[in-house]
Amino acid sequence: MNTFLHLMPGMIPAIPEIFLGFAICLVLLFEVFVGVRRPGATATLTLFVLVVGAALTARYADVGHQMVLFNGMYVTDPLAFVLKLAGFLFVAVALLYSRMYLESRNILRGEYYVLALTALLGIFVIVSANSLLTVYIGVELLALSVYAMVAFDRESGVAAESAMKYFVLGAIASGTLLYGMSIIYGLTGTLDLGVIATKLTASGSLGVILGLTFIVVAVAFKLGAVPFHMWLPDVYEGAPTSVTLFVGTAPKIAYFALMLRLLAHGLAGTSADWTLMLTPLAVLTLIVGNLVAIAQSNLKRMLAYSTIGHVGFIVLGFVAGTPSGYSASLYYTLVYVLVALGSFGVILLASRKGFEADKLEHYKGLYQRDPLLALVMMMLMFSLAGVPPFVGFWAKLRIIQALWETSHLGLVIVSVVMSVVGAFYYLRVVKLMYFDAPPENLPATLRPLGPRFVIGVNAAAALVLGILPSPLLDLCSRLIH
Amino acid sequence: MQAHLLSILIWLPIAAGIVVLLLGERHIGAARWLSLLASIATLALSLPLLADFNTHTAAYQFVEKAPWIPRFNAYYALGVDGISLPLVVLTALMTIPVIIAAWTVVKSRAAQYFAAFLIMEGLMIGVFSATDALLFYFFWEAMLIPMFLIIGIWGGPRRVYATIKFFLYTFLGSVFMLAALIYMYLKAGSYSIAAFQALPLTLVEQRWIFLAFLLAFAVKVPMWPVHTWLPDAHVEAPTGGSVILAAIMLKMGGYGFLRFSLPITPDACRELNLLVITLSLIAVIYIGLVAIVQADMKKLIAYSSIAHMGFVTLGAFVVYEIVRTTGQVQGAAMGMDGAMVQMVSHGLISGALFLCVGVLYDRMHTREISAYGGVINTMPMFAAFMVMFALANTGLPGTSGFVGEFLVILASFKASFWYSTLAATTLILGASYTLWMVKRVLYGPVANDHVAHLTDLNGREFLVLGMLAVLVLAIGIWPEPLLKIMEPSIHHLVTQAVATKIPA
Repeated sequence: MNTFLHLMPGMIPAIPEIFLGFAICLVLLFEVFVGVRRPGATATLTLFVLVVGAALTARYADVGHQMVLFNGMYVTDPLAFVLKLAGFLFVAVALLYSRMYLESRNILRGEYYVLALTALLGIFVIVSANSLLTVYIGVELLALSVYAMVAFDRESGVAAESAMKYFVLGAIASGTLLYGMSIIYGLTGTLDLGVIATKLTASGSLGVILGLTFIVVAVAFKLGAVPFHMWLPDVYEGAPTSVTLFVGTAPKIAYFALMLRLLAHGLAGTSADWTLMLTPLAVLTLIVGNLVAIAQSNLKRMLAYSTIGHVGFIVLGFVAGTPSGYSASLYYTLVYVLVALGSFGVILLASRKGFEADKLEHYKGLYQRDPLLALVMMMLMFSLAGVPPFVGFWAKLRIIQALWETSHLGLVIVSVVMSVVGAFYYLRVVKLMYFDAPPENLPATLRPLGPRFVIGVNAAAALVLGILPSPLLDLCSRLIH
Repeated sequence: MQAHLLSILIWLPIAAGIVVLLLGERHIGAARWLSLLASIATLALSLPLLADFNTHTAAYQFVEKAPWIPRFNAYYALGVDGISLPLVVLTALMTIPVIIAAWTVVKSRAAQYFAAFLIMEGLMIGVFSATDALLFYFFWEAMLIPMFLIIGIWGGPRRVYATIKFFLYTFLGSVFMLAALIYMYLKAGSYSIAAFQALPLTLVEQRWIFLAFLLAFAVKVPMWPVHTWLPDAHVEAPTGGSVILAAIMLKMGGYGFLRFSLPITPDACRELNLLVITLSLIAVIYIGLVAIVQADMKKLIAYSSIAHMGFVTLGAFVVYEIVRTTGQVQGAAMGMDGAMVQMVSHGLISGALFLCVGVLYDRMHTREISAYGGVINTMPMFAAFMVMFALANTGLPGTSGFVGEFLVILASFKASFWYSTLAATTLILGASYTLWMVKRVLYGPVANDHVAHLTDLNGREFLVLGMLAVLVLAIGIWPEPLLKIMEPSIHHLVTQAVATKIPA
């Protein structure tokens, strides 16, 4: 391996992508020759691939400083390294939670795992993008994989409908992104984000603002920021829950990176303009997400609106527009993905063949039926609500701190009020699980040992990182400079 | 061990709570005894605090400090002074009756019940002993979770409404405090409470911070008009929940005023003191009147708690009026002394009264005053205790209730004749609602068959009420040791509260 790497020293930092590219081919072939006869073998292989990928990344991809490769198309830095490791980890956990669910719905096929891996590759490409073109390739690779995953259960009409909705709206957003990029390209004559940053140093020109507007709209769509959020609840509710889990977690890392590379880095010179655009977006997102979540009776849909609310917080970090704000957003994103993984995982484990535990009422008396799952869910809900001693508290604290540093009094007030509103619907889930008696005809929850252990660790992580937040906080600050 | 005493007091009950949780319902006997043992051990370990406390200094004692989040300059910093020490001991003390009172009475998920109270005990001691604002906030908020579960799982018929209201009210109050704390951190570069107290702030800044604190602490105290969660929470909470709520959690609001509002925003306090004094007097008079008409015993005691806590806020803020009218600082300390004694005494008395109601409720399963009458005929021993606590609640000399109220009324007399006159109406109102309830519940002919079949206190209940009765009398007759513990800290607090922090 080492000798091979020495032949191409310039490629070493791209190990995660190169490995993943090969692995995708391998998994696809494996599925064709072995997987069709032994369903589940591909799932195991994919987990193995992710672990090896993480190990290789940890061993080779940490260059410790910023490095631009492939003629300025690709950048790697400590941030990209950490985000890729997190990507491997989060996707592996997501796939682990999903397996039994897929099995019970007869959609445990190799293609699902291949799509998950191509989506992950898309995430990596965005994370390491240093050119408008790379950004676009990454965004499309991720989006197309995810569209297909949403429609994966071809028997389900709802899933097909939401995939269609997602695809059409997503295509418009991609078009918007491309259009905005072409304007920026026209004005600067370059695709390289580093060069764009040096050329666009002052805001004000109408053309720049025009291009910027299209880009911000596209980014807002991808994140699910209000008023570009309409697809999100439908997709979360309509997609198979395992896909909801996937869509709701790892891609958030990519969209954070997208904002960072594109707005905070490439278009840094126009930050006055885009922070102005993001401010109303963030406020609306916070308010709509949290208020509408209250009215939901479907847990997946409620978590979808809660996601929108959390996206509002992530965007607020960018509104602050300082390194401290970006690192607050990074921290928020990582923490949110960690907690969201667990909470969608609970839905997966509470479901079983022929029964989808996606209504809030299905969680009545969960404590009596499955104390461990209820405890896990309670911890995660309190974390999402931002109550200490859980990690979600620090995420909110960091955002509020970043807003104070930039003297955004109004935004501080909106964000703290909305976190109280948000607490209400999380408490309602706890109430259903702990205070209500279980209805009689609910099927038992799934009790596979592995995923249950991992979900326990997942919730424990939310607690431990809440009591000792320092390492992750430090890491996030170090990664953004 | 001395060096880590406070840490032990925080983490011992929490660790015990987790073990009790793991023991579960299957080993409920072991869980019970472990809970009792842990709570007694906590109290026993808190006694060295009292014994070795140096009453000649206002500085924090039993100090611990370890880096927690170096990036925010936040420390795991603990310490007690004369203001927090009595509250720490009170917390350790009041958990024991809660556990004994629930011994066999709580039937469903009993192990979790004990565990929740133990964990809460640790967190509450954490609130009182944290000297770092971030750590303080951490404990302050974390405590909401066990209380939310306690009311929601073991509460009465409308428990869900009550517990969500409780949680959201207190959460709303606290998040504004968090915003204020972060703001000050950015100015001071540290989360240490002492640094906040030393931080110069303009009047505008102080006003905003004061209002954020006011919201957080007023909800907790609770002050009129943000008190409405308390009667709901009390009525629906199980006996133990009510005891802890009234005895300890309300004190956090008062403690917050003394630890944060007065020393950190003294100029805003001076400017806005009439606001707090007015709200306190409304609590004393209006809520006192409301208490008279209550038909539910717990609700009545809940309203009486609000009225009594009005004295705490009055005592704390009347300081500024005293300085304004007399130009002297000496008399000001008396108001704060009164506020502190009132907190400790109310913790004991209200806790005891809720336990009394719990004793009746366990037998009759109703808290309606009209369902009782002539209880003294069947439960003479119980009646003696209840009458004693009721009299203490009305502020009878010789009980702890008298000391606090008397000091506050005396102090407010120095500020203005009218404050003290209005505050003193409590002596009439308190007597009316408490004694009228006692009359209807205890005296008269035996009201019905259920009352006729009541059995008197068992040994367990006798022990609990007896212990509290002794303490109520002890503080009432000889408050000197308590006052002495508080003296240097109160003195220091008064100096901080009347100083100005506006940068020249």
